[in-house]
Amino acid sequence: MRGIVTRLVLPFVAVAALAAVGTAGGASKALPTFVFAGASDPTYLDPALVSDGESFRVTEQVFESLVSLKPGSTLVQPGLATKWGSKNGKDWTFQLRHGVKFHDGTPFNAQAVCYNFNRQYNFTGAFQDASATYYWQTVFLGFHHNASSDLSPSLYKGCTAKGQYTAVIHLTKKSSSFLPALVISSFAIQSPTALKKYGANQGELRNGTFYPTGTYAFSHPTGTGPFKFKSWTVGEKVELVRNASYWGKKPKLGRVIIRPISNNTARVQALQTGEINGADLIQPQDIPTIKKNKNLKLLNRPSFNVAYVTINQSHAPFNKLAVRQAIAFGLDRASVVKSFYAGRGQVAQEFMPPQLFGWTNKVPKYPYNPAKAKALLKKAGLTLPVPIEFWYPTNVSRPYMPNPKLNFEAFSASLENSGFKVTAKSAPWRPDYVKHVNDGTAGDINLIGWTGDFGDPDNFLGTFFKTYSPQFGFHNNAIFKILSQAAAETNYKKRIKLYQQANVLIMKFLPGVPYAHSTPALAFQKKVKGYTPSPVGTDPFSPVFFAGGQ
Amino acid sequence: MLRYLVRRLLLLAPILFGVSLLIFFWIRALPGSPAESLLGERATPALVKAYQQHYGLNKPVYVQYWAYLKTTVQGDFGVSVASHRRVISEIKQRFPATIELALAAMLFAVFLGVPLGFVAAKRHGGLFDHLSLVASLIGISIPIFFLAIILKYIFAVRLAWLPSVGRISVLIDMKHPTNFYILDAIIERNWHALGDVLKHLILPGIALGSIPLAVVARITRAAVLDVQNEDYVRTARSKGLPPVIVDRRHVLRNALLPVSTIIGLQTGLLLSGAVLTETVFAYPGMGSWLRDAIFNRDYPVLQGGILFLALVFVVVNLIVDISYAIINPRIRYS
Repeated sequence: MRGIVTRLVLPFVAVAALAAVGTAGGASKALPTFVFAGASDPTYLDPALVSDGESFRVTEQVFESLVSLKPGSTLVQPGLATKWGSKNGKDWTFQLRHGVKFHDGTPFNAQAVCYNFNRQYNFTGAFQDASATYYWQTVFLGFHHNASSDLSPSLYKGCTAKGQYTAVIHLTKKSSSFLPALVISSFAIQSPTALKKYGANQGELRNGTFYPTGTYAFSHPTGTGPFKFKSWTVGEKVELVRNASYWGKKPKLGRVIIRPISNNTARVQALQTGEINGADLIQPQDIPTIKKNKNLKLLNRPSFNVAYVTINQSHAPFNKLAVRQAIAFGLDRASVVKSFYAGRGQVAQEFMPPQLFGWTNKVPKYPYNPAKAKALLKKAGLTLPVPIEFWYPTNVSRPYMPNPKLNFEAFSASLENSGFKVTAKSAPWRPDYVKHVNDGTAGDINLIGWTGDFGDPDNFLGTFFKTYSPQFGFHNNAIFKILSQAAAETNYKKRIKLYQQANVLIMKFLPGVPYAHSTPALAFQKKVKGYTPSPVGTDPFSPVFFAGGQ
Repeated sequence: MLRYLVRRLLLLAPILFGVSLLIFFWIRALPGSPAESLLGERATPALVKAYQQHYGLNKPVYVQYWAYLKTTVQGDFGVSVASHRRVISEIKQRFPATIELALAAMLFAVFLGVPLGFVAAKRHGGLFDHLSLVASLIGISIPIFFLAIILKYIFAVRLAWLPSVGRISVLIDMKHPTNFYILDAIIERNWHALGDVLKHLILPGIALGSIPLAVVARITRAAVLDVQNEDYVRTARSKGLPPVIVDRRHVLRNALLPVSTIIGLQTGLLLSGAVLTETVFAYPGMGSWLRDAIFNRDYPVLQGGILFLALVFVVVNLIVDISYAIINPRIRYS
């Protein structure tokens, strides 16, 4: 028997011994390593072909665009271009930074800029799939030769390199919203040599899904950024190393490791154990744990979202302004934000966050006032209580709406106090809640929201109200016109004014009721310094350092 | 034996065909499609329509099934809707991770369960026997998910003895020629990495192995109680053989036969348990991958991944059947 026991125990002893060997630390480096966790792997590392935050988290460190954002804001500042401007709103001239090199040693110049824009403009076949070039299609609409009639004519016309350091981008019509959109990593400048060498323009659709067949997007991304790509082990990590020849302020980190941890709790626990130095997408329920831990800290991502109540005007009597005003006065927005946003929300007064230019405090306000709501309903000739079908999503938590059911219940109670009789309807977020909202089949009113893609009001107001949509079910040419005009206006001051006017118009017309802007949280070890969260989620890692060493 | 083997192998085809049918229609019976799941707020009617067309989801189901069958037979499981990577490449990467985890769980269950069961049988009716019964009941009844969270909280978060996430420390650089990290570390003679990989397997291995441990312990106990009253055991004892020899040669060897059956049957349990364990420990195996695929309605991943696991399950059970003959030469297949 002793022999059996010995044989059974020996493997465990061996495992324990080897595990003990594993406790020794990793090889020491002269410069520290920063380990950061997101929710999943990147899709690809060719920024032209991705649209998700986890891919951009990596490509933001490796690539740079012509313009960038001032840290922590949505203000456009120089990137690879030092100056830019347009006299007619259609031809945009960019003066480029001198002495910049790609990671493969080739020079960054106007030819490289034009190569990159022309590359996307000339995409054909599988590359025109929305899953491949979402942002090109969002900003520049179409391609040189559109493969599908569903695609619009392209906003992009061409690019001219005037000498080494001047690039002119030609548009088919006036646009200003395209400039802030250039900060999106999808429009970053990549090494033309590497793109060609590693087959970046090879790809196919397999069972309807776009798939690059070259190696560029998986193992050879080559930009001008402060970090160079080293390796990517799917499910484990993406490893970047310091670019010692970087043109700007050199990073204080030797390497950056970005690892995917999809489970929210696991991400926080890995931070507690020190397996990672920082994490994004912290859930409200984990915030007390982080606050209690003396080695950890929270950082706020500036709010760049809006939660709102849609009002569907194709349903009577909600086509009457007085009824919509009654809804606005009947929603106790301040209580909802106070009770269900864990101190990380503010009441929204309009459909875009205050960080964006064009936001104004001069919009009509609708504080909770049940008596006023009832009076408005009576004024509209309705008998109280007025029936209203109210939809909310289940099985979901969105950054702008952490707990939809609680929001719904509170709003429902305040509406019932204000002369409405609420019929509750819910649908699971996946698969079909959003479809019902977009199709205009999610009741008279519903809960929904939006997180911005880039720092331009067009990405909020333009998305919701530039044309007719079944979701809101109204035609208002004054709103449609001013939003189209604002998107095309090239004078920054005039644009601000136009969007301010649009916000006032919209909040008078009340196509819905915006109610919250939330502040997403990131968590770090206390010794991590220099990290500035960006409203649009494109956080640069190069200023990060460890106070007192790693 | 050979005829039996050939017959079992031939049976694989209809079994896998049946499984492929089940998976295909089960996935399509789930409400929603990848379009709505992936696009979220951006799921405009036009985009949803475009997605449906791209994936061929607007075609009749039998046409979709035929297209799926044709490519699957050629070994092409397609491309993941969510990650845009080839399903077969992901399986190559993730399956070794799950195998390592399942082996760790099984080793834990067998190397602890067999001696526990054996000692409980030897001390039949005593305190140890009763205690082991209670422990087994707890082992079987405690949800894997809960146990995983508790183990992680105590040993990783509070005591910081073991890592809380992943398969290997991200600070370790190692090549992965086989994707079996234990093997890779041995091939590279990177003992530091080997220790680290083993350390990452301890907590998920124990969590996943808890139910098989309880089952193995109970089966061993019952089998030993049965076998030790057999005539041949009594004969061996009466011949004056030392008790250790009797236990090893006659009791344990025969008692292990039902245990080996259980190991085969537990494979399915380990694979399903891996979904929960891998999620808690952010372990990049097949389980966490399939869980995410269900949320994303990632049809190619679900079809390819589940079919592959079904194949593994069937093959493991075949191997177990064959192993009977090796453990007990009296068993002959025809």
